[in-house]
Amino acid sequence: MSNSSLKADPIVLPNLPSSIAQIGVMTKYELLNYFRSRRFFILLIIDLIISSIFTALVAYYGVSSFATAALGFYSFWWGNSITLVVILSGIFFGGDAISGEFQNKTGYFLVGNPLRRSSIYVGKWIAALTASLIILAIYAAIAIGNGIYYFGANLPYQFGESLIFSVLYLIAVLGFTFFFSSLFKSSSMSILVTAILFLFAFSLIQVIVSTLAQQEPWFIITYGSGIIGNVLTDPYPTTQTVRGGFREDTSRVFAVSIPEGIAILVGYFVVTAVLGLLLFERKEFT
Amino acid sequence: MSSPSIEAVNLSKRYGSFSALSNLNLRIEGSKCVGFLGPNGAGKTTTLKLFTDMIRASEGKALINGISVHENKKKALASVGSLIESPEIYPSLTPRDALSMVAEIRGMPRSDRKKKIEEVVAEVKMEEWLDKKVGKFSKGMKQRINISAALLSEPEILLLDEPSTGLDPRGMSEVREIVKSLKHKNRLIFMSSHLLNEVSEICDEVAMIDHGKLLVYDKLNNVVSRFSGDGGEIIIDVGLSRDIDDQTISRSISSLSGVVSAEKLEMKSLRIKFSGSLENQEKLLSDLVALKIGLVSFHPSSSALEDTYLNMIKATL
Repeated sequence: MSNSSLKADPIVLPNLPSSIAQIGVMTKYELLNYFRSRRFFILLIIDLIISSIFTALVAYYGVSSFATAALGFYSFWWGNSITLVVILSGIFFGGDAISGEFQNKTGYFLVGNPLRRSSIYVGKWIAALTASLIILAIYAAIAIGNGIYYFGANLPYQFGESLIFSVLYLIAVLGFTFFFSSLFKSSSMSILVTAILFLFAFSLIQVIVSTLAQQEPWFIITYGSGIIGNVLTDPYPTTQTVRGGFREDTSRVFAVSIPEGIAILVGYFVVTAVLGLLLFERKEFT
Repeated sequence: MSSPSIEAVNLSKRYGSFSALSNLNLRIEGSKCVGFLGPNGAGKTTTLKLFTDMIRASEGKALINGISVHENKKKALASVGSLIESPEIYPSLTPRDALSMVAEIRGMPRSDRKKKIEEVVAEVKMEEWLDKKVGKFSKGMKQRINISAALLSEPEILLLDEPSTGLDPRGMSEVREIVKSLKHKNRLIFMSSHLLNEVSEICDEVAMIDHGKLLVYDKLNNVVSRFSGDGGEIIIDVGLSRDIDDQTISRSISSLSGVVSAEKLEMKSLRIKFSGSLENQEKLLSDLVALKIGLVSFHPSSSALEDTYLNMIKATL
């Protein structure tokens, strides 16, 4: 017998799709899960309720009570509410995206398959972004519809910028919520912590740092999101020193600039996405 | 083509000071069914999780077809179907959705998908539920879908962690039949179980583990004859297609080579206490066939395996 015939033939492995294709599969079925479950529709209803409240307010009090020009109208409507819609999207779609795989044991169904954990993470993230963008698009469409009704079809270019910054904020928020979701194995804990951070803690820290410590809160994501509303103000606000208060002290009112805001949001996304992915890669299904 | 293999090389898993698995060295190769036995907390599920990269080894490697699961999970698990613990499926998905997801992840051609999904769902008797949401299913129904997911891509290696968990007696019997049928399709099946009758009925070999350490890995008959505490004797259950008279038992069967004793269990079954090698067992089987007593099954008794199991586990206490 020859040496070559003694050698075992290699195992023929099935042709698996590329990791990119597997990310696509994960996204597809995660989106299907969102649309089939009540989660997407509950957020859609909240989205419509917020839009309805604004529509009713403007209709009842008259548009002139809120704005005299299109830019002011979008500043009132979009600038005042879109960050809440983004945060709710982050909580709804990202809050338990990873922790739920552990707590509900759905991860056990996926992880035993020949696909990288990063494909699961990225696929779920893209699905959360897609679902959130649909919510955002509906919200924007209602705002634009009202704007066109009251001020005509000339959309101010600043609204386009604000829309882009809102999407950037959404990306950063989802990066952050996925990271927090990777930290916990309990869905309710990760949702609760994320909600507290975005709805209360960040704003509180921002106020304390900027008002009491008189420091620019450049490390807070919600400070970075200020560019969404600031860009709808003409002229663009700048950091100012003001005099006031009981003892007529001077204090600084911080306004985030566009480059600074973009840097904060991109920084948050990059850091939290990398950390979240690393955590999920290392986390054990015990 | 090489035969499928799984191998644990110095595989250890520690949680703080607790050692869940200690220096496991085990190589299983070829088409066979290997039962993985041990008491609760022995390290069975830990081992299976290491083979599917659900947890990371503290030391050592888990290899599938020679490929490290941790270093190249995608390639290592390409030809593996697994069922670890009792996974949950997104409640809003139907079995068809969930199995389509698995089929797409594994790159099953679109043209084969529908037919293959319907086949595996029929195999676990869930056809009626194919398009109903999983959220409404009982634990046993979900487990059937999990089994069908493991079988979907016709993997050459199956890692099953107590596959009968949550199933009713009919379901358990159906799982046994499925695993038995897979043996004829040249698969390597590594299956943990607490059900010794299940293991003795299905498996060709057994590996026993306790306190994270491998106690024995050998052919089922060898393990039973070496460790049953019955002086190397094994008990064989024989199933018949018709009733057998006492005279045939006492005169013909009891006098066969290696038979220590033979007794009638029920109308159509016998229990033979036997002493001898595997070759002698083979001869006993052919002698029984030659007697034309309507022999339909011949396997080591589950009670023999139970004795062995208890002896082995007792020794490690």
